[in-house]
Amino acid sequence: MRLTDAPVVAEIHDGTVALGGRPVLRGIDLTVHKGEVVTLLGANGSGKSTLVRSLLGLVPVVRGEISLFGTPLPRFSDWRRVGFVPQRVSATSGVPASVWEVVASGRLSRRPFLRPLRKADKSAIRDAIAAVGLTDRSGDGCSTLSGGQQQRALIARALAGQPDLFVLDEPTAGVDLQSQQAFADALAALVAQGVTIILVAHELGPMAPLIDRTVVMRDGRIAYDGPPLASAEEADWVDHGHHHRDLQSPMHTDYAPTVASPIDNPSAREQRP
Amino acid sequence: MSLLAHDFVLLALVAALFTGLAAPAVGTYLVQRRLALMGDGIGHIAVTGVALGLLTGAAPTLTAVVVATIGAVVIEVVREKGRTSGDVALAMLFYGGIAGGVLITGLAGQSANILNRYLFGSILTISPSDVWVTAALATVVVVVTVGLSPQLFAVAQDQEFARVAGLNVRFYNVLVAVMAAVTVTVAMRTVGLLLVSALMVVPVATAQQLTRGFRTTLLAAMGLGTVASLSGVATSAYVDVAPGATIVLIALAGFVLAWPVGVLLRRRQRLTEPFAMTPGLARDAEHTVVPEEHEHVHGDDCGHLAVPHGDHVDYVHDGHRHAPHGSHYDEH
Repeated sequence: MRLTDAPVVAEIHDGTVALGGRPVLRGIDLTVHKGEVVTLLGANGSGKSTLVRSLLGLVPVVRGEISLFGTPLPRFSDWRRVGFVPQRVSATSGVPASVWEVVASGRLSRRPFLRPLRKADKSAIRDAIAAVGLTDRSGDGCSTLSGGQQQRALIARALAGQPDLFVLDEPTAGVDLQSQQAFADALAALVAQGVTIILVAHELGPMAPLIDRTVVMRDGRIAYDGPPLASAEEADWVDHGHHHRDLQSPMHTDYAPTVASPIDNPSAREQRP
Repeated sequence: MSLLAHDFVLLALVAALFTGLAAPAVGTYLVQRRLALMGDGIGHIAVTGVALGLLTGAAPTLTAVVVATIGAVVIEVVREKGRTSGDVALAMLFYGGIAGGVLITGLAGQSANILNRYLFGSILTISPSDVWVTAALATVVVVVTVGLSPQLFAVAQDQEFARVAGLNVRFYNVLVAVMAAVTVTVAMRTVGLLLVSALMVVPVATAQQLTRGFRTTLLAAMGLGTVASLSGVATSAYVDVAPGATIVLIALAGFVLAWPVGVLLRRRQRLTEPFAMTPGLARDAEHTVVPEEHEHVHGDDCGHLAVPHGDHVDYVHDGHRHAPHGSHYDEH
């Protein structure tokens, strides 16, 4: 299901990202439409995390344009429409914080400055905690939760802001099966509401049925963009009906041009159908 | 109570009250960011500020606020740019601060003894105008740290999330650094620059032995800090001991009392943590009847640890988990 007529929610055009001077993303073109559930697959270091982080402005692009909800990223300020679940090992810090407090911080973008929580804020927080099945733990400290439960608390935090675009960076890495299921259920409810979801994942598990588009990253480029795949490896032997953009355009030899792999060899390239 | 009638004791108590409220309030955010020693570093840098005041004839409190603020912002920048803790750069900043202070004091023609008043505090010689400055600055610190606590909490908890929530992370980071610098100078006369970090960190460490939430930790730490500083000043008014050191030792005593309680609470919480229920695995699938005889019926007060396990309760004894099942117990 490609909702190409729906409004564009997130777009990156010719995006190039360099970390520490080394290009890690090159020539990325990705357009996500409203209501799409896109999963980014790829090996470690393929750049999938960097891609979503650059979409959110957490990593600057050295070239290319990014826009969110039709507004160029530098001018974008409607952050209440974006919910982010960062990739991390734990939700704890040096001082104890209850599940309620962590989730409540997801409501900040919708709260008036220097004002206590309103009724709507409280019910949104309560609903978000219930959606990930942590209601009975909401007063407990985050450090007493299991890794999977902590990750669920971070998802609830993003849910509490009631975003239109939900960006998740490996939300189920190292999460127990029960939490993965609770989490897939919460995502399914969002999908039903028409929320756009960009999900970076290693393995999909119970979330697989929700996905309607897969993007596979390889070595800082998009290697596959099409109907859902179960894993990144599948992209290698699926005969996908899309064209490689750089077949038409002059080849980018942007680093180490003398060391070309067989795939990057122009003569080998011409022999392909 | 006759000592309380003396003006200098009253002034000291007022100064202690405000310091005791403000220091742990900022300290909570420093501990949350795992920067517990930042207050100590700012204290070292403030020594140079005090010395500059002695050299130029300006009020040492004023010059200390300025230098400590600059130092705190530099520490924040080093931390942000360095991506790691940048501890070597910070250490150089700290020792540069204290060495600069001693050097400039010498240049000002003062003996290093005058620095002692700032290094270890001299709350009983505090003047009414000093108390006003202390009260005003401490009020600013408390209003900012409590009033902006949702924002400051979110930024300290998860910077990336805070950025995507539209918060200006750098602004809040610098704000905490500046508040820490102001607090250090406020507490300079009470507990002294070398001990100020203790008043910022120890009440927080004590509070979090017993608390589960951030807000309760923040408020409890402020309460504990106030109690410690007031009772420290009161003690030193009756017994001839240094007030700053007394305040810090009382705060530490509070921690020593709270710690075993915290250990017990955490141990209890860990033991009664519900056992994970494997979804899709029916109870009958792991149906193993316990062979041994039970002398009593497991129940609410049988003395054995009762741990929730899905829809029932497991009783733990001798390394086994026994769940009641009709007339017998199952091994879970």
